[in-house]
Amino acid sequence: MTTIDLDATKFEAEKLFQCKRLIGFGIPAVIAVYFVYIFFAFDLPGLAGRANMENAVTLASDSWSHKVHVTRDNRSGDVTYAVEGERKGIYPEGQRPDWVRGDEVITIDLGGDIIVRYLPDNRTEIEIPGFQLIEAQAEGRTVTTNLPDDLPDWISASDRRVGITTAEGRITLTGARTEVFNYFPGWELFWFTLDSPYYGQSLAKILFGDQIDPARGNIKGAASDWWNNAMWRHKDVAWAIGETILMAFLGTMGAAIIALPLGFLAAKRFSPLMLVRAATRRLFDFVRGVDALIWTVVLARAFGPGPLTGALAILITDTGTFGKIFSEALENVDQKQIEGVASTGAKPLQRYRFGVMPQIVPVLLAQILYFLESNTRSATIIGAITGGGIGLMLTQAIQTQKDWEEVAYYIVLIIAMVMFMDWFSGWLRGKLIGRKT
Amino acid sequence: MADISLSGAHHHVDGIQASYMAQVQRRRLYGGLALLIFVVLMASGFNVADDRNAGGFWDGLHQIGDYPADVLSEAWEKRADLPALIAKYFPALVETINIAAVSTLIGAIGGLFLSLLGTRGLAKWPRLIPLFRRISDIMRAVPEIVIALVLIFVLGGGPVPAMIAIAIHTAGALAKMFSEVSENTDLKAVEGLASTGATWSQRMLLGVLPQVAPNYVSYTLLRFEINIRASAILGFVGAGGLGYELRNAMAWGPGRFDEAAAIFILLFGTIVFFDQVSSRYRNRLTEGQGQ
Repeated sequence: MTTIDLDATKFEAEKLFQCKRLIGFGIPAVIAVYFVYIFFAFDLPGLAGRANMENAVTLASDSWSHKVHVTRDNRSGDVTYAVEGERKGIYPEGQRPDWVRGDEVITIDLGGDIIVRYLPDNRTEIEIPGFQLIEAQAEGRTVTTNLPDDLPDWISASDRRVGITTAEGRITLTGARTEVFNYFPGWELFWFTLDSPYYGQSLAKILFGDQIDPARGNIKGAASDWWNNAMWRHKDVAWAIGETILMAFLGTMGAAIIALPLGFLAAKRFSPLMLVRAATRRLFDFVRGVDALIWTVVLARAFGPGPLTGALAILITDTGTFGKIFSEALENVDQKQIEGVASTGAKPLQRYRFGVMPQIVPVLLAQILYFLESNTRSATIIGAITGGGIGLMLTQAIQTQKDWEEVAYYIVLIIAMVMFMDWFSGWLRGKLIGRKT
Repeated sequence: MADISLSGAHHHVDGIQASYMAQVQRRRLYGGLALLIFVVLMASGFNVADDRNAGGFWDGLHQIGDYPADVLSEAWEKRADLPALIAKYFPALVETINIAAVSTLIGAIGGLFLSLLGTRGLAKWPRLIPLFRRISDIMRAVPEIVIALVLIFVLGGGPVPAMIAIAIHTAGALAKMFSEVSENTDLKAVEGLASTGATWSQRMLLGVLPQVAPNYVSYTLLRFEINIRASAILGFVGAGGLGYELRNAMAWGPGRFDEAAAIFILLFGTIVFFDQVSSRYRNRLTEGQGQ
């Protein structure tokens, strides 16, 4: 090797290094520039203004707690007690929470020495430690109070509405209504609603104790009351999850059944006609390209909202994906095995059955089962658009903007459902084609 | 002597054949039963889905072409406006692609760390491997729409909730794919670097990344393709971009079908375009790998 050669090689190597160095710094730099562009394109500086932190606080606190409303209607003077202020959570006639006392004067003990008294003639007294006794009088549409002009930031007051927020609960006063919200941790009425005889009974008492409801056996009655719980709707939720899994199952399996013969048509080895091959492949590209979103929109017009529409949207989109995967798997089939089967005098159909299928079935099954899990997630999303399954229940619960504990419940269920399907498809794959090592 | 052993072998073969046939028959029985269960599940599942749907399958089947036909005919009538409409919705398309791109980038970076921290032999804190694995499992299990809807409530509509939601799911999904690759890395390079006193980040950057980069980039491109679809869908529930415009255009109904058609065209074109580009690059990246 001469000096010139060496020099040239060194020069080449240095050039390569320079190039690599440039790429090494260039790619992160491009990404950084892109992030800066996004920072302004998505208006991140303005996000702080648009974000509603109050919503975030409500969401975070309501998702793991519940509140009991004590409401006085200032026109009729009636006082109602209701969990979450919902009709379904109203305490039956003659019952009320044990932190409320008195008949003429109703005393509400919020805890932490905060006491609210509903006095006759729509008067209200609020005792808060370290603050003056608040007296309020509701008349027609206005509320008059003895509050000073200079208020701490946990009290907001106008002559129409007074709001007091404490660590123990909230109090709002308007001309029409006086309301106290008392907060408690946990999801209330998750097992039984207030009208069920099993409300407040311990598990041991239901299982082994005396018969509570004379008409029904304990376990049967409790199961039925829990299943038909009007507040948490366990029955509807179970159906919704079933619908979502059904959408994923029907869509995935239907797509696989349709895509398998089409995959043969698109594979070079099994489909000698170029025209057929190209047409099938373009069909796959088309249904994949249109995407589940547009299919959902189109199909919802024909079939209306529901699980069938979602299943068909998944089916059509995945036919394209499966067709592509299957035809690629078929292209890679080992010819030797087919020849071996053919050498025994097998007819074409037998050659496919014993020469081709055993080679591709593991690949196909692995893909189908993987998609089953991923489609459970898609079915949740499609359900939110087309109106079916747990996705719909989640969107509805979020849109009401108050049932955050239900939202939290659905989220937990959705994650559990997807993880279950992940585990299940992995288990089935292990059973059917052996675990990969 | 020879006679006896021959007849013994004969019996032996008979026994083998009988047990083989029994096995084949049992296999066929199981296969047939599995097929039967599958068919029953499909049929009853279809019936349940059909029952719970607002419109029936057989009634809807012949209406399936109505909506596309309406959209197409109206778009054809107003075909002169179509280029202008496509130009009008182009910014929304850019937003959809941006959501997908940013969330893929952030998700890939997150997935990279989660996978390295969750792989045996590479993890910085070997005891925390199960923790990082569980984290990525949960991130993967959360459908994008759950996070997007909650964040839309807090942050208001727009691209940011969708971006965060997709990024979280992407990080979890890529962490799983990445760690499948990084489990097969050659640890010699890492050991060599460790012997020179390299820190964990240097070992990862110089010892592991060069080995896994082609596969990582290939998976990231595949994810980008998936995320474009996800970002369009999330737009439909209020997260901005093309999906949001599609929902608005559809809410108008007839008379605005040309707008819906323009959005359909943009979305279809984009998905097909990125599909082709990414599959070409993925093929090039993984060429010669795994052989």
